[in-house]
Amino acid sequence: MVYDIIIIGAGPAGMTAAIYARRAAKSVLVLEALNYGGQILNTPDIENYPARAHISGYDFSTTLYEQAKELGAQFIFEKAVGIKDGNGKKTVVTAKNSYEAKAVILATGSANRKLGIIDEEKLLGKGVSYCATCDGNFYRQKVVAVVGGGNTAIEDALYLSNLAKKVYLIHRRDSFRGEETGVNRLIAKDNVEFIFNSNVTRLIYDKRLSAIEVTNKIDGSVKTLEINGLFVAVGRVPENQNFAELIKLNDAGYVQAGEDCHTSCAGIFAAGDNRTKALRQLVTAAADGAMAATEAVKYINNNCARPKNRKED
Amino acid sequence: MAVIEVTKENFEKEVLQSEIPVLVDFNAGWCGPCKSMRPMLDELADNNNKYKIVAVDIDEEDELVEEYEVASIPCLVVFKNGKETNRGVGLIPKDSIAALMED
Repeated sequence: MVYDIIIIGAGPAGMTAAIYARRAAKSVLVLEALNYGGQILNTPDIENYPARAHISGYDFSTTLYEQAKELGAQFIFEKAVGIKDGNGKKTVVTAKNSYEAKAVILATGSANRKLGIIDEEKLLGKGVSYCATCDGNFYRQKVVAVVGGGNTAIEDALYLSNLAKKVYLIHRRDSFRGEETGVNRLIAKDNVEFIFNSNVTRLIYDKRLSAIEVTNKIDGSVKTLEINGLFVAVGRVPENQNFAELIKLNDAGYVQAGEDCHTSCAGIFAAGDNRTKALRQLVTAAADGAMAATEAVKYINNNCARPKNRKED
Repeated sequence: MAVIEVTKENFEKEVLQSEIPVLVDFNAGWCGPCKSMRPMLDELADNNNKYKIVAVDIDEEDELVEEYEVASIPCLVVFKNGKETNRGVGLIPKDSIAALMED
C-alpha cells in the first residue's frame, strides 16, 4: 500500500506529527530504529513541559505512543536507511523492507557526539558514558572526568560533583559558553577541578577505563589523569546522513528547514532536533511535529488528490 | 516463561548454575531506556524455551553490580554455563537482543 505519510523517528516530534496526521484522517506509518521515545527517555524528570510540572521521559513517551496508536498510527520498528523520490511518491528503504508514501516527515533527532578517539566505543559501559544522570550512580566516591564546555557539560559536572569523590572538567577553550549560574556553582565546589585549553587524546584501560591522557592545546604538554569514569558531553549530531542525497543539510548536518518544516525536496518535511532551529526542547519538538504534519497534509491535498469527476478524454 | 527477578541470594542458582543460557537485564526503576526495553524482554522470555531472562535491580544489588562491573544501564549480560559470553549496553532493538543470545 501507499501510505499518506511515513514518519521516520518515534520521538516527541515524530509521534506528535502522527497525532496531527491521523486527526487529519491521513494514513500514517511511523518507522523507528530502536524503540519509541527517543532522547527524552533518558530524562528522569521533565519539569518544563507546559501543564505538566513533573513527568518522567518514559511516562511522557509511553503516553504519547499510546495516544498516537489509539488514533490509528501504525508503528514498525525498522531503521530507515534511505529515501527515493519518483513517480509522485516517496519510497522509504529500511534494512529489511521498503515502504511507500505520498509524503515523508523526517523526525530522526540526534545522537551523542563522540570524541572520536581510539577505543571510545569499546569502552562504552566500561568507563565511558554519554549520560551523567543515567550512569552517575555507578561512580559514587570515585574519580570522574567530564569533557565539554556547554550547558550539558556544566550540568553533568554539577550532578556528578554530588556523587563522585572528584570531578575533572576538561574543556577545549578557556571559558564557558554555558549558563553563568551553573559555572559559578561549579567554581564553589571543592571537588571540581577545571582543565582548560585541553583535549582528551587517549583512553587508557585494562578491562575497563583506568586513566586518560589530556593534551594541552597551547603548550602541547600531556598529562595522565587516573579516573574511573569519563563522561562525554560535547554536543549532539543530527542523524540525517542517510538522507543527504535527497535533501539539503547545513555544514553541521542539520536539515535546512525553517519554521514551516519544509525541506529542499517537495513532500519531505523535517521536524524536531534534526532541523536547523534556535531552540531544541521537548515543546519545540512537539510544535514541529504539529507543523510538519499540517504541511504534509496540505502537500498531499494539493498535489496528490485524485481529481474528482474528471471526464475521460 | 516470564522474566524472573533475581537478587544476590538466587543469582548463583538462577544464573550461574542454569542449564540453559541466561540473559541478565541489569536495570533500575529510574532508567527510562531500561523500562522501554522491558516489554521486548517479556516477549522474548514468553516466546522461547532455549534460554531464560532474569532482571537485576541495580539499586538493590550493589554486590552484583560490582562483581559484574556494570557501569552503564541498560546492560544485558549473557551467561552460558556460568560464564559471561556476551554483553550489550544501551537501548537496543529486539532483534539485537535476540542476536546477543546467538553469538
